[in-house]
Amino acid sequence: MLKVRIIPTLLWKDVGLVKGVGFDSWRRIGSVLPAIKVYNTRLVDELILVDIIATEEGRPPDFKSVADLSSECFVPLTVGGGIRTIDEVKSLLRAGADKVSINSAAFKEPAIITQIAKKFGSQCVVASIDAKKGTDNMYECFSHSGTKATGKSADQWAKEMESMGAGEILITSIEKDGTMEGYDLDLIRLVTKAVNIPVIASGGAGNYNDMYQALDKGGASAVAAASIFHFTEQTPLEAKMHLAEKGIPIRNTTIV
Amino acid sequence: MSVCIIDYGMSNLGSIHRALEECGAEVFISEDPKDLATAERIVLPGVGAFKDGMKNLRSRGWIEPLKQEVWENKIPLLGICLGMQLLAEKGYEGGENEGLGLIKGSVKMLEPKDQEERIPHIGWNEIYRVNDDPLFEHIPDGADFYFVHSYHFIPADKKCILTRTPYCGNFVSSIHSGNVYGVQFHPEKSIPTGFQLLKNFLQV
Repeated sequence: MLKVRIIPTLLWKDVGLVKGVGFDSWRRIGSVLPAIKVYNTRLVDELILVDIIATEEGRPPDFKSVADLSSECFVPLTVGGGIRTIDEVKSLLRAGADKVSINSAAFKEPAIITQIAKKFGSQCVVASIDAKKGTDNMYECFSHSGTKATGKSADQWAKEMESMGAGEILITSIEKDGTMEGYDLDLIRLVTKAVNIPVIASGGAGNYNDMYQALDKGGASAVAAASIFHFTEQTPLEAKMHLAEKGIPIRNTTIV
Repeated sequence: MSVCIIDYGMSNLGSIHRALEECGAEVFISEDPKDLATAERIVLPGVGAFKDGMKNLRSRGWIEPLKQEVWENKIPLLGICLGMQLLAEKGYEGGENEGLGLIKGSVKMLEPKDQEERIPHIGWNEIYRVNDDPLFEHIPDGADFYFVHSYHFIPADKKCILTRTPYCGNFVSSIHSGNVYGVQFHPEKSIPTGFQLLKNFLQV
């Protein structure tokens, strides 16, 4: 049986690991490489590494740093932030990424998703969607690290991304991100119902039960979380034990 | 043990390189088919689409030297993920395309059996033995490996099947014929069981 995945997210700025609230007020909380080494030994299911300022600075991903980090990473790695072209995707895959996540570039040129899927397969394209509830109760997508309104609704955009060839959706609630108040279950459910590809829930995890809710009530295939692992004593392994007790299928790390 | 990883522009090579080193091999990544002659083991990795994979192998001159090492010099070959799929005679990703034909069979898209089964198949799933093989020595049935794929290998001869994985009708997750091996999952990303499998491949 396919297991749910618990995915620590490493937000990355100038080689430092950072944490923000609501996509703002970023604080440096450490270095990326030691964090990756710790997650290797803890047998996490996957890691997501996002360069949060590449798009803002209008520069491509930092391939050299990704190569350095991935050579120490023995867990599946998704890399995002600043990716605009198919050549950049190729360079990232060569640098050691297993999947790439595309956000802002897809709003500008949705066909990039199809190009990547055709060349490297759908399984390596994650469409990352950052959304926030507007005054009319619609969940609107925002690009450029949550700064640019796009006018697209999260569920419609998720469907479009799937039809363009995305293999996975990473849905992040801008309002919940970094708050540790729990995932936005309405948003997650909206997206998991809209598409048939796997959905990773992101933004707001504060405890293991929040993860359970996102998987059980939200229908997500995976949960991503940052603050909970970096700022509290809670660990991916304990999260799995908690989920296993509630009957959620988790990866068996005891059989070796 | 000298291991050649084929670089045909389709892969995440860093992690398989590091993983094989961790398993005690002397590893070299090569863009030159002539290098195969010095290899004691060959690894065909791969992330990507079948059509582009074959196109790259062909345009870079890998196909004949690879077949020669495998068929005539009997060098063990391990195909990983797309690398396993390319071993087939035919693939149906992006139209019908000819594969390497090193193991008889074809590659088709996974077919979900219910709404719970989303494609691509991404994440950790179990392997269960169909035929015993040294490649899976010290790896128990039910061990989880990391998968990320939408297509699967359908071997013509069931004797080639080493393991199956419970998803989309129990697809074939690893194969073996002669000195050619293929695994649909990523051993290099599946510590610690995946490293055991790589060590076993160095021993076969």
